[in-house]
Amino acid sequence: MSQHSLSQRSFLPSAGRPTRRAALAAALLLPLAACSSDPSDGSEAGGGASDGGGTSAEGLTLVDPWVKAAEEGMTSAFGTLTNATGRALQLIAASTPSAGMVELHETMGDGSGGMSMQEKEGGFPVPDGGELVLEPGGDHLMLMDLSAPLRPGDEVELTLQCEDGTELVVTATVKDFAGAQEHYEPEGSSGSGASDGGGEHDGHDADGHGDHGGHSADEPAEGSDAEDGAE
Amino acid sequence: MTAPDDRTPARPGRRHLLRAGTLGAGALGIGAAGVGLGRSFGDPAASAEESTQDAPPYGAPTVPFHGVHQAGIETPAPASATLLALDLREDVDRDGVLRMLRLLTDDAARLTRGEPALADTEPELASEPASLTITAGFGPGLMSRAERPAPDWLAPLPAFGIDELEEQWSGGDLLLQVAADDPLTVSHAARMLLKDARAFTTLRWGQTGFRRSPGVVRPGSTLRNLFGQLDGTANPAPGSEHFAKVVWIEDGPFAGGTSMVVRRIRMDLDGWDEADRGARDAATGTRQDDGAPLSGGDESTPPDFEKVSANGFPVIGEFSHMRRARGVDDGEHQEIYRRPYNYEHAPAPGSGLLSEAGQVFVSFQADPLTQFLPIQRRLDELDLLNQWTTPIGSAVFAIPPGCAEGEFLGQSVLE
Repeated sequence: MSQHSLSQRSFLPSAGRPTRRAALAAALLLPLAACSSDPSDGSEAGGGASDGGGTSAEGLTLVDPWVKAAEEGMTSAFGTLTNATGRALQLIAASTPSAGMVELHETMGDGSGGMSMQEKEGGFPVPDGGELVLEPGGDHLMLMDLSAPLRPGDEVELTLQCEDGTELVVTATVKDFAGAQEHYEPEGSSGSGASDGGGEHDGHDADGHGDHGGHSADEPAEGSDAEDGAE
Repeated sequence: MTAPDDRTPARPGRRHLLRAGTLGAGALGIGAAGVGLGRSFGDPAASAEESTQDAPPYGAPTVPFHGVHQAGIETPAPASATLLALDLREDVDRDGVLRMLRLLTDDAARLTRGEPALADTEPELASEPASLTITAGFGPGLMSRAERPAPDWLAPLPAFGIDELEEQWSGGDLLLQVAADDPLTVSHAARMLLKDARAFTTLRWGQTGFRRSPGVVRPGSTLRNLFGQLDGTANPAPGSEHFAKVVWIEDGPFAGGTSMVVRRIRMDLDGWDEADRGARDAATGTRQDDGAPLSGGDESTPPDFEKVSANGFPVIGEFSHMRRARGVDDGEHQEIYRRPYNYEHAPAPGSGLLSEAGQVFVSFQADPLTQFLPIQRRLDELDLLNQWTTPIGSAVFAIPPGCAEGEFLGQSVLE
């Protein structure tokens, strides 16, 4: 089995089955998930995008938010955004005090069996009654210019912004995670040393993904260890 | 080797109900019945998508994770277990310990409900909880790293004459007992926990063990060990006041918790083959076939230690395991709750052995110094069974009480 097949669809509990169970889990385990509905924000960004006219985040939930641990540089955030607001939404931006910048990314095959990611122009639609799955190997939030190491077990506050001004603030758990090593090639990058095909993970630490955050250096094979298990 | 009990009567006692009450009454009752009766169904709330008709009888049941006590102690011992002892990395401080425990608690809460852990890369392996329980225990190293006083008994046991301890099976800062009625469920849960512990710990030792598969023996049957003996007849009955008195700590930060002794006991099956039935029965003081004391009756008959043979010797010999364990000739009596697992691995190639086998002895008691230790001292002094058994690993852990929703394991002890 190739380890390139990173696009498993049912990565998160809720991804494949957005069930009562997932919602229950979110309600039980993420009491910090909070909604912010500042009308002044809405009046700025709301525009015609929202046929409901309101910008309340009520009904908008990020189920099981988590962030891959990283010592520095950049990392990714995931979760399943479910929209029960009664209106179609467009996720256009995200921010966190833990990173200088957050981009919305999509992941594509890089033509050589690996995956690479790029910024998603215009953000992601979140249909009314639907969901947006943010997962390793798929769409995700890219946290760049980390202000401090994100260690396993840390909590990160994420703010998601929709085009109509709807804003959702959630607390994500930082997890030690071997995957999510898709390649990032920012625009203008010549892909020099950073572009190694994406299939070989051991070259990726240098590109700032900060894998294995929090580990001592005495377990060199951690990443490959986990991936071997999938073969 | 002290003998364990096993299949406990599947009646949810007052304590069970009390505990289940924190989550919704009946949840544990169902879990327990699932093991005991083998025909029950999982917690309906956790298996809403599956009709009870289709629920796999052993895969679907759940045992509540949250409660007054941790699961995996008074709950029926499932078929398969992995015990992991972890050592904290040198740079992990109090904050690191707490972060780790929050992660592990979240994993345990989800997995025991039959849900994938957060960031679980094999969510498919989480869908059959099979009565999964995950139990955490603290070694002295964790308590000191968390800057909290350890109970005075939390220390390695003193050395015994019969011991041939190997460092690879002894000690540890953090103990995780992962047990379910299915080894694949156990494997996945253990790996998930290890992945989340990896940033904070290294694996010191891991031991796997097995009991009867679900549905194989009648509910309430006592476990047979690899010597063929019924092992655990004298255990206090889970759910009883008696059990509570023997096992749960009453006061202090660990109230609602207990102590856990883990001993890896190698059993010389090849040597045991040389002992005929009479010698075997004399060594334990019980009959191998039905577990009855040599003084007569059946497994449940109280032994008559006064009874003597025609030659004037006690029928239950003064060197027998049962007599020594019970302190009959020492005017004292202690009790512990045994919840062990058999182990068997392929022997080293070329060793000439048929098997590398024994018991992962696990006992729970409120105070190991006043309960476990005197028993072990007597067995160390004299126990005919010692001819065939050798302790090769030893560890003691403090088991914090259970946690409520939103809390992490050990929170009441460490905060």
